[in-house]
Amino acid sequence: MRRTFTSGNIAVAEGALTAGLKFYAGYPITPSSEIMEYLSEKLPSKGGVVVQMEDEIGSINAIIGASWAGAKAMTATSGPGFSLMAEAMGLAVITETPIVVVNVMRAGPSTGVPTKTSQSDVLQARWLAHGDYLIPCYAPWSVQEAYDLTIKAFNTAELLRTPAVVLSDAVIAHLWEPLTLYEPGEVEIINRKTPLDKQRSILPYKPDPDLIPPMPIVGHGYKTIIESLTHDEKGYYSPKNADYRALIKRLTLKILKRIDYIYDQDTRFCEDADLLLVSYGSTARSVYLAALELRRKGIKAGFLRLKTLWPLHEEKIRNSCKAKKIIVIENNMGKIYFDIDRIFKDRDVYSSPVLSLDLPTPREILEVIEPWL
Amino acid sequence: MAVATFLHPLDKHLRLDRIPTLYCPGCGLGIGLAAMLRALDKRIEEGTIEPDKVLWIGGIGCSARMVFYVNYDAAHVIHGRSIPFATGVVLANPNIKAIVVGGDGDIAGIGGNHLLHAARRNIDLIVVMFTNFVYAMTGGQVAPTTPRGVKTTTTPYGNPEYPMNVIKLVSSLNANYVARTSITTPHYIEQYFYKALGMKGFRFIEVISTCPEVYGRHIGLRNPVEMYIELKKRVKYKPRPSIEEAEIDWNEGIVIGEFIERNNPSYLEIIKGELSEV
Repeated sequence: MRRTFTSGNIAVAEGALTAGLKFYAGYPITPSSEIMEYLSEKLPSKGGVVVQMEDEIGSINAIIGASWAGAKAMTATSGPGFSLMAEAMGLAVITETPIVVVNVMRAGPSTGVPTKTSQSDVLQARWLAHGDYLIPCYAPWSVQEAYDLTIKAFNTAELLRTPAVVLSDAVIAHLWEPLTLYEPGEVEIINRKTPLDKQRSILPYKPDPDLIPPMPIVGHGYKTIIESLTHDEKGYYSPKNADYRALIKRLTLKILKRIDYIYDQDTRFCEDADLLLVSYGSTARSVYLAALELRRKGIKAGFLRLKTLWPLHEEKIRNSCKAKKIIVIENNMGKIYFDIDRIFKDRDVYSSPVLSLDLPTPREILEVIEPWL
Repeated sequence: MAVATFLHPLDKHLRLDRIPTLYCPGCGLGIGLAAMLRALDKRIEEGTIEPDKVLWIGGIGCSARMVFYVNYDAAHVIHGRSIPFATGVVLANPNIKAIVVGGDGDIAGIGGNHLLHAARRNIDLIVVMFTNFVYAMTGGQVAPTTPRGVKTTTTPYGNPEYPMNVIKLVSSLNANYVARTSITTPHYIEQYFYKALGMKGFRFIEVISTCPEVYGRHIGLRNPVEMYIELKKRVKYKPRPSIEEAEIDWNEGIVIGEFIERNNPSYLEIIKGELSEV
């Protein structure tokens, strides 16, 4: 274990290194660029490669290729670049390629305010590409968590053969805090499973009972077909309903089957709470302080912070607190609110958007929730 | 009566359970693929290429689909992105021989930016681009290579745009090998591809192909044999053609040959050298 003092962006890069990153492709974009800059210096000495591609489309396709060549691979970007990655995110889903995509959220739409924060991309992370799928997504609220959840994202990607998203934001990216780094052996690192017998003729998309097919990486004689078309277990294109249903259901079910591994939340003061404040990411820092302030005023406020945004563990969220009144506070026009409202359908759930280019202050949080108190 | 099994010498390179291909009668792609496989077969026989290390990569289009007929590791990825996918593969595992196959729409149209930068980097890939002057799989829309004036399904009044000279474009960058051949000269496809397989850095081969079913309909050459003969008449081999001669002119003729042959350090060599200093 090693203590340091650093930023959220560097913590993401360090998390990737701890997880065993071997290939990074990216394109400069504020506020994520330090991740690539830092890795450009550090990764080569660990036997890895960093390449600055011609755009974000090239970046995500390159990491998908690298992952199929056996490397743990990552890219990082911000809103405009994340939008460009949409189509290839679908490629990673259907070819079941472990990759980690970091989106350091900034204010949008379009170019927006490149240097300032936002939480507007939470549904984009859920629904980025066309088609049916479910991509695990993590939202850190501190430098330490940027590190921890990046490792978790790699583990999730490798375990489930899926893309995984780390949804940071401009505040976390440039926030400096103490960070504890793990040495090898001090933290669980998961590696993808590969076919056991290299000589046997394998069905590259035939799943094991956990719904995950072992990954026949290229260069080992598996005669793999990495297929973007809807395919059968052989990897051959199939327009048949039976094959389509089997594949599409499995792509989502393999994620949901491991929701207990993927999902994590942080609950505080929930035991006696009459009011529950729900938040995530950087905004949750101020929501937490607002909850403390309400408690000082005698209001029994609870605090629920989502560390995993997708998939949401509905049962765990429902059982987190008995409060009858729930307020969802997020730095956007109200997005996760729709799911929280559905999950707590028998209770009063309100949305308190706090649109702020900087980290909203606890006072601002108290102002936006005031109408519902 | 005994059943005789006739094996084609290239059968071992194909996924026979996927044959016949989806290619239309008279399509030039089969000639192109067979010539490439003969070259690859030769490399494997002489031991200069290990078949398990070969990866075929294609995006979207008729030509790109070649990758799923060959009995090798193969990636059939999204439209225009075969080159960055292949870039990631070879950077993560430099032992992989990456062969990118695609049409002019996939490689030079939607994937044009990646083509430029891969050539500029001199990244260790072979790109074989089949030019049929049209978007064939989607039904005959105008392509970046369609000559001026040709009526396509999206240029019903004639193509108003000037076509792209991909040979000139790639030659202007840092590619180690730039050649053009035609499905009417399969021996040159075989020869150039064989040579490219033994080189390093970015290698680009354009293969002029016939698409009687779609492009032939646009230019009044619907008959495959007729289209083949018309293309053959126009193709002119030159031992050392200049870049200026790469202009494609249906009336003046189409020059084939090796336009660029360099021995510049490849991307993999350069980063390997730099990394040894880290």
